[in-house]
Amino acid sequence: MALSFNRRQVLKMGALAGAGAALGPQIWVKRSVPAYAQGETIRVGILHSLSGTMAISETSVVDAEKLAIKEINAAGGVLGKQIEPIIEDGASDWPTFAEKATKLIDVDKVATVFGCWTSASRKAVLPVFESKQHLLWYPVQYEGQECSKNIFYTGAAPNQQIEPSVEWLLKNKGKEFFLVGSDYVFPRTANTIIKAQLEALGGKVVGEDYLPLGNTEVTPIISKIRAALPNGGVIYNSLNGDSNVAFFKQLKGAGLGPDRYPSMSVSIAEEEVQAIGPEFLEGHFAAWNYFMTVDTPANKKFVEAFKAEYGQNRVTNDPMEAAYIMVYIWKQAAEKAGTVEIDAVRKAAYGQTFDAPEGLVTMNTNHHLTKYVRIGQVRSDGLFDVIFSTDAVEPQPWNQFVAETKGFACDWSDPAKGGRYKVS
Amino acid sequence: MAVGGIPCRLHGVGDPALLLKKLPQSSWKEDPLPMTLLLDSLFNGISIGTVLLIAALGLAIVFGLMGVINMAHGELMMLGAYTTFVVQNAFRPLGDPWRDLYIFPALVAAFAVTALVGLALERGVIRFLYGRPLETLLATWGVSLILQQFVRSVNWVLALRLGAFAVLFFGGWWLLSRRADWPRLKGWVLTLLLLLSTAIAAVGGRVLAQTYALAVTQPWFGAQNKDVTAPRWLGGGIPVGNLFLPNTRLFIIALTILCILGLYFFLQRTRWGLRIRAVTQNRAMSACVGIPTQKVDALTFAIGSGLAGVAGVAVSLLGSVGPNTGQNYIVDTFMVVVVGGVGKLLGSIVAALGIGIANFVIGSGTLALIFPNVPILTDTLNFFATTSMAKVMVFALIVAFLQVRPRGLFPEKGRTVDA
Repeated sequence: MALSFNRRQVLKMGALAGAGAALGPQIWVKRSVPAYAQGETIRVGILHSLSGTMAISETSVVDAEKLAIKEINAAGGVLGKQIEPIIEDGASDWPTFAEKATKLIDVDKVATVFGCWTSASRKAVLPVFESKQHLLWYPVQYEGQECSKNIFYTGAAPNQQIEPSVEWLLKNKGKEFFLVGSDYVFPRTANTIIKAQLEALGGKVVGEDYLPLGNTEVTPIISKIRAALPNGGVIYNSLNGDSNVAFFKQLKGAGLGPDRYPSMSVSIAEEEVQAIGPEFLEGHFAAWNYFMTVDTPANKKFVEAFKAEYGQNRVTNDPMEAAYIMVYIWKQAAEKAGTVEIDAVRKAAYGQTFDAPEGLVTMNTNHHLTKYVRIGQVRSDGLFDVIFSTDAVEPQPWNQFVAETKGFACDWSDPAKGGRYKVS
Repeated sequence: MAVGGIPCRLHGVGDPALLLKKLPQSSWKEDPLPMTLLLDSLFNGISIGTVLLIAALGLAIVFGLMGVINMAHGELMMLGAYTTFVVQNAFRPLGDPWRDLYIFPALVAAFAVTALVGLALERGVIRFLYGRPLETLLATWGVSLILQQFVRSVNWVLALRLGAFAVLFFGGWWLLSRRADWPRLKGWVLTLLLLLSTAIAAVGGRVLAQTYALAVTQPWFGAQNKDVTAPRWLGGGIPVGNLFLPNTRLFIIALTILCILGLYFFLQRTRWGLRIRAVTQNRAMSACVGIPTQKVDALTFAIGSGLAGVAGVAVSLLGSVGPNTGQNYIVDTFMVVVVGGVGKLLGSIVAALGIGIANFVIGSGTLALIFPNVPILTDTLNFFATTSMAKVMVFALIVAFLQVRPRGLFPEKGRTVDA
């Protein structure tokens, strides 16, 4: 269409534009309160992958966050205002995560952001949150070695998942370990820790193998396990995603059952068990802070609310629980601070406790939660029997088995100490 | 969890050589029979190779015979795997003798479903792009993304919306195209139809979602992987001496052989097979002698897609069934076709088995045992004896091989006409 104006149209448009200019500010710039607290709602960002490879895990975490927000809103909201979630899709693509984080902060003016799953996505948004002095809540167990002022980590640090599970295996299942993992930073870091720990405690690593992410050909690994552990032994499994399905299906196909080859997994929770098929996993073990079958009143309430919201066939798992916790901790911190202003919330969050489904958790000055460690055994219905649990374990973001970070800790309540200081 | 991340400063983490020194070789050496070792490698290599081969067969036809680079091949496999899942669940309530036989109807259903999707893909997209490999590549890549997201988010609302849209739009098109003044009306009528049917489908879906809520808005499959369990008679395995042959692997080997025989028979012994071979060799000449090349294209593509569906059933017995299932295989299948040589089935067979055996022999560290007394060689080979390093080694070997034989193992000879 050719663009041409006659005099009448120009006049009309001019009149409209004039009216807009006169009225606009009246409508849109009513009050000079901070943008995130405008009107009756407080906006928060939810930033997870809803498409792409990671959608498989992250969509259910979004469900848990939405549930927490809905519950808080039903109980009167935060500081008397309703929470309005702005959901963005990181699309399993790390630059997209950074872009969407910027958008949530600059355009939507959110009060805080709940998000990320992979370490890669967290590392991608970290500079955004640090440069804008904003706040991210991160719900997944991870490899540690990080302690940002602008992130609260509500999943397990390595000493809250891996280390206790290795101790338990040594005590109950045997001293010879075969380590299997996906080929990226988390399993390799985890296995470094395990090897150091086994050396200290009298165990032995008889073999180790890594699969590229997404690889489903596990025949060579199974041959190696059979050769290295001819009479059975422990398999420590930090495989991730689709490889797990192939690994357990073919492990069973090759006749290596949990009676002689018990395995401990750190990335398999209720949802993954359903997807792999409980019959392949029955009798194997997993280490988490939370299982759907944990017997606490708070968990009963959480599971019931979740099923009522999303369907009776849905299950809850550890990252979902951590995501649920973090929304509540943020709410409590905001109420204690009396504002949703970032720095005030951050300081108010220290020492917050919450009666979580896993038990009473506490936010520490190192931005990690005090949590419980549990070991579950897969039942035939795909849920876990909790067969071992610890008392509350203090988080250690800097690993004490790794030479570079041994003796370091993190404390953001004291500006002199900060993210990484040497404990004297 | 915590995938990727910045490669950290930790000791030993990034250095597989350190880790691998501890790999035990003792139990291998105790094995008194090198024969067992050989047989073990052979069987495992072949079982890896047959999975590659069955996944690559469809591609060998579509890419090899038609020259179409179909990036959505993996997603067609994924659809086959999901069909297996659906058939399995349909058979489960039928009770005992039946629930273990689901695999056979699943094979037929998977072939039918993916062949139909392939046909739609060829008619709707690819036929406009023949002779333009780059555009085909991009278009099919887009289709693969659409299919992935489709299985993630499909629910009754979406399915009915799509159905309603298709019926209204194409039905309306078909009805109106019978009018005499159609060419004159075409432009704006189609625009109007497009808008109208989109609006009706959107509003209808919304009403539906509000009336029935969770029952229709819950995704059919969702983003989670789905659980396909092999029938019980495929559960165990056959012990042969020190060897253990899992039944699922034997089943896949048999299935692959069957597919190859069927394909060979079809291409060599039937009229349509003859036509396909004729079009492959010289499209213009075939058209001149009265072969309906468009139909041949559609048929070839449908068969290639159907074979992808059968491969989907096979891999669902070994690995995951999820939206990303296909992506895990696409690179490997292209590798097989390229190494084998475009246009020859025999090439694909030899290439798949060769890559499979190489993968196992390198990845399991068997190779190092052949030279126990040459420390440098043993160390090097042990370095590559993890699954991810074996893959590096295999890729390097393939690159080297393609330097020597750029057109693959068995290149097409003679005066073929490209494009």
